[in-house]
Amino acid sequence: MVSRPNIHVKSKVAVVGAGITLFRRRMLETPRELAWEAARQALDSAGLTLRDIDCVVIGSAPDAFDGVHMKGEYLADGSGGLFKPTVRVYVGGGTGVFVPIAAWWHVASGLCRTVLAVAEEKMSHARPHPQGVFAYIWDPVLERPLGPNLLWIFALEMRRYMHKCNVSKETIALVSVKNKRNALDHPAAQAAANITVEDVLNSEVLVWPVNRLDVSPVSDGAAALVLASENEARRVTDSPVWIEGVGWTLDNTHWYNRELGYPRYVQYAARMAYKMAGIERPWRDIDFAEPYDPFDYKELHHIEGLMLARPCEAPKLLEEGWFDRSGELPTSPSGGLLGVGNPIAAAGLMKAAELFWQLRYEAGARQVKKPVHRGVAQAWGDLMQAGTVVVMGN
Amino acid sequence: MPDGGKKLPGTYLSEKDLRALPGLVEHTPDAKYMFSAGQAQSRFLQGLREGKILGVKCPRCGRVYVPPRSYCEYCFAPTGEWVEVSGEGEVHTAVVSYISTFRERMEKPEIIAVVRLYAPGYTGKRDEYEFPGMFHKLCGVSEEDVKTGRVIGMRVKPKWRPPEERIGSVTDIECFEPVKS
Ligand SMILES: [Zn+2]
Repeated sequence: MVSRPNIHVKSKVAVVGAGITLFRRRMLETPRELAWEAARQALDSAGLTLRDIDCVVIGSAPDAFDGVHMKGEYLADGSGGLFKPTVRVYVGGGTGVFVPIAAWWHVASGLCRTVLAVAEEKMSHARPHPQGVFAYIWDPVLERPLGPNLLWIFALEMRRYMHKCNVSKETIALVSVKNKRNALDHPAAQAAANITVEDVLNSEVLVWPVNRLDVSPVSDGAAALVLASENEARRVTDSPVWIEGVGWTLDNTHWYNRELGYPRYVQYAARMAYKMAGIERPWRDIDFAEPYDPFDYKELHHIEGLMLARPCEAPKLLEEGWFDRSGELPTSPSGGLLGVGNPIAAAGLMKAAELFWQLRYEAGARQVKKPVHRGVAQAWGDLMQAGTVVVMGN
Repeated sequence: MPDGGKKLPGTYLSEKDLRALPGLVEHTPDAKYMFSAGQAQSRFLQGLREGKILGVKCPRCGRVYVPPRSYCEYCFAPTGEWVEVSGEGEVHTAVVSYISTFRERMEKPEIIAVVRLYAPGYTGKRDEYEFPGMFHKLCGVSEEDVKTGRVIGMRVKPKWRPPEERIGSVTDIECFEPVKS
């Protein structure tokens, strides 16, 4: 890797504010109200008002979850987007980290000085279960006739990873134990708990090897960030958090034509982000990480894709406590999707917001033990396909 | 977070409250679609009706695509020569599903797999990451075989439906079953 920026930017970009709602199943608030609550809080924390915002970026996963058509337009007013350049971005589960990436390019290009970036998801509208909504992401000709459930592909991938890397279900369950425990300190958390490996193994088997407690919950919620150009950031705060690198890629949807034991889509996105940030040895230069963890094995898979561990090395480091909040390289100190919850796009942005709070030393009881200068957040979407990565530093 | 984590905005409902909610709307969308299988997949489906698994080869890079595509994703060139593969292959990964598409508990679990197909002329040396393969159900193996990992790497072949029952669909293959050696 070469430590030369691969992208030319007009301005450095900082995060100067963040907000979040409760993550819960069945929120009384409408999607727009949730978006507004998070956006308002992010503006307050930046000490800005909507008048100070030039552009708005909205992220939300499939329309089918909220059950309304064209969620970007629908959420625009609640996200502060009226009469401003406003856009919705969407790459499935990768959306939450794609939101700060899209907001970054609005500012880095010189187009906007400030951006309000909002992510919202309300999964609990769907009846009888949001799993039914996922029926429409499969290839209509080659896959749907088999009557698939979305959990199938993750179970297939988890099984492959277990085989390729010789990992037990017990070891993988440690991720769920760690993240749900970390989430006890997160005020938004929906699924925080002190559980044991046995609790995970004894929970309902959905698609073997996936048990109920290997999976993040169905959630509603919203999160928001305020991004600013270098000049604006220095004007509004003494402690801006800089976006040092961004990366995103898509693999194809032919997931049954490739080795499932390693997330190529993450590695390509991570390489792009690290190159931009001038990072040559991520396992040494990154202090903590928020890898995407909708399933427990996914955190390990993604740690390897982010090159924070060698392929098949993450399970051993996990067992040694390397990824604990007090460990060498804390992962998901927020509590992740397994602990805080998984309102899809909002969950990814929650991870980016955690980088901001950790790097400002504002994470309270969640603050990682060692000094932090640089963190990475990552999300993944669709059929083992979309990789989104953001690196931030203080 | 700056407020030290005092109560965040948001109000949530209990199951009981949900049922009593006056704003609850029950709605089944009546949307129907007729999908086109397209250029490459149509021929693939025709092949299945004849009991053959067809793939296509990229003339530039030599990749063999099963299921076939009209273009090579890497070279961005039209794919060329059609090839028939035997359908034999090995299990890349397999799982046992206890839930339906809509997350209901199923009476009889299903075994699902990714099968890496043998394709003559495809060395795979260029990139071990990719292979011709199919996603399908597995039969003739037990839940235990899956859970112990015995099925991974197992040699399997398609179990075809009788010719008169085939309709040109991936379901013309009932499942993949072990090759008895
Ligand atoms: Zn090619």
